[in-house]
Amino acid sequence: MPHRAADTTPVIELRNVTKVYGHGEAEVRAMDGVDITIESGEFVAIMGPSGSGKSTAMNMIGCLDSPTSGEYLFNGVQVAKLSQDQRALLRRNYLGFVFQGFNLLARTTALENVELPMIYKGMPATERREKAREALAKVGLSGREHHDPSELSGGQQQRAAIARALAGNPQVILADEPTGNLDTKLSVEIMELLKDLNERDHITIVMVTHEEDMAAYAHRVIWMVDGKVERTGTPEEVFSHGRQSA
Amino acid sequence: MIWETVRLAIQAIFRNTLRSILTVLGIVIGVAAVIAMVTVGQGSSNQVTADVEKLGTNVLMVMPGAGRMGPGNNSVSAALEMKDVEALINQLSSVRTAAPYNQTSLNAVYGTEDTRTSLAGTDARYLDVVDWPIVMGRGFLPAEESSGRAVCIIGETVRQELFGNTDPIGETVRLKNVSCDVIGLLEAKGASSFGTDQDDIVLIPIKAFQRRVTGSADVSMIYVAAANNVSTDRALVEIETLMRERRRIGAGEEDDFNVRDMKQLASMLTGITDVLTGLLSAVAAVSLLVGGIGIMNIMLVSVTERTREIGIRLAVGATGNQVLLQFLVEAVVLSIIGGVVGIILGLSLAAIASNIMVIPFSPDPMIVAIAFLFSAAVGVIFGYFPARRAARLDPIEALRHQ
Ligand SMILES: Nc1ncnc2c1ncn2[C@@H]1O[C@H](COP(=O)(O)OP(=O)(O)O)[C@@H](O)[C@H]1O
Ligand SMILES: [Mg+2]
Repeated sequence: MPHRAADTTPVIELRNVTKVYGHGEAEVRAMDGVDITIESGEFVAIMGPSGSGKSTAMNMIGCLDSPTSGEYLFNGVQVAKLSQDQRALLRRNYLGFVFQGFNLLARTTALENVELPMIYKGMPATERREKAREALAKVGLSGREHHDPSELSGGQQQRAAIARALAGNPQVILADEPTGNLDTKLSVEIMELLKDLNERDHITIVMVTHEEDMAAYAHRVIWMVDGKVERTGTPEEVFSHGRQSA
Repeated sequence: MIWETVRLAIQAIFRNTLRSILTVLGIVIGVAAVIAMVTVGQGSSNQVTADVEKLGTNVLMVMPGAGRMGPGNNSVSAALEMKDVEALINQLSSVRTAAPYNQTSLNAVYGTEDTRTSLAGTDARYLDVVDWPIVMGRGFLPAEESSGRAVCIIGETVRQELFGNTDPIGETVRLKNVSCDVIGLLEAKGASSFGTDQDDIVLIPIKAFQRRVTGSADVSMIYVAAANNVSTDRALVEIETLMRERRRIGAGEEDDFNVRDMKQLASMLTGITDVLTGLLSAVAAVSLLVGGIGIMNIMLVSVTERTREIGIRLAVGATGNQVLLQFLVEAVVLSIIGGVVGIILGLSLAAIASNIMVIPFSPDPMIVAIAFLFSAAVGVIFGYFPARRAARLDPIEALRHQ
């Protein structure tokens, strides 16, 4: 798997992916024949009503979950054919996650949290610490290296989580409602940060959001309803369509 | 990478100090119990051997009753007599000297002080047989022995209880209904192999004992010292032959008395301490096992508690084996800490107990090694199953865990 794929191969390609939870009466089709293609360097926002399958799609893309049917190709590689360990390596080397609930380790300093992915990469401690400091500086958290998550504000925790995602030097950052718990001012800061990473470091960004203001930072919006992709296009196109039909 | 994992495990352990302490406690108690019990057991075993050697391996005891030594046998067979003592001394060249010995327990009273103690009726020869010096005052005079005067020689414990550190010689002590003058103080001996206090004793002339305490002329035991150049085995055979003759036991009939030498007593006592040590060790081993199950429980709980943490680790790219290794190393580090603390605690307890019981402190490197290896093994075994459960979790399942 080349780290920066040739322009012709999409980073992410979901082909007719379906994910079914439960059986019989309780069956839920969280994703229902979804096709999504994301090119290297894109900044994509996945939007849609609650329960429309956005998080399920993100988990699928992040190789945290596997489809009931359909194909998922990452840099052209069939994820279904990878072993559990190979998927762990894929996450380790190519993906960075930013979760709505931050998901930082409790009672663990910001620095140690950011070091985590590099530990599993087997990076020597001094180099790791150096990189973690750099990542924290990049998200504006210099001076907070030795604070526990409980000693950080929501915005600072989310920035630490972004620093952790960055620290693995990923090709793709997956952010599921990264601003869901933050006020507008902090949300804007986080979005500026993601935009910066996309533009300067060419990191592909896939983000789930409820807010049009945040989605406006993306190049492209994928609109999901009931487990299906309803429309896709630039933010302006998608939103104007929504307003016309409303 | 392994050092990294160990470092991470130690970090995780200190991150949740209370949980770690609870986990380790079981192992600490188990290991400490095993080590303390085995060490003390070993010590008392060694003490028995040393005691017996000190007592002189040339000491034998004659008691009425057939078969095994012990209380209750005396009633069925005829008691011994003073004449037996004299006969043993006069008729056997293998006997250097011998002394009668009757014992009971009662309260000794001095002024307002009062102590429960052992009263033994014997004579001056007893102190010769068991080689017990008098450190203050004097022993029984022949006149006192023949008249049965109530004079007594006391042990150090009785002195402490009744007189403190003052001079007891010439004072009068009341023993039940007998008033008796203290004439001597025995050298302090400390605890016996049985763990009883040998200094908790009052000696009076056997005649006084027979007349004023039991009211019969019976002798319940005879202490015999074999002659210097004679083996106790030969002395034993000679004593048995003479006693059979004196008690008119026909050929083919069983003895209605028994003669024991200190070697037999020693092996019997060591046997008892060995059995006790074994029993106590078994109890301790069970507590070690319970400690291990405790570790497993806490590790399981910790896995549930830490499911989200595991999800996070898997999400950032940890493989199942890395998570497995982390939990395993954590369990091993915890049980090694528990093992080391348990060893230190167990040896300290054993040292204190040995000091109190006045037995030698005999730590056995073998037991220490076994306890250590066992605690490490407990960590591996009981750490493995919860760790495997953690490692097999589906990342998304783990992350959804609230
Ligand atoms: N683990 C699960 N078990 C059962 N149903 C689930 C599970 N995860 C998600 N779902 C269902 O799948 C649908 C899509 O969920 P999700 O992808 O979380 O939606 P969104 O993120 O768009 O709000 C919902 O109806 C949800 O209830
Ligand atoms: Mg969601």
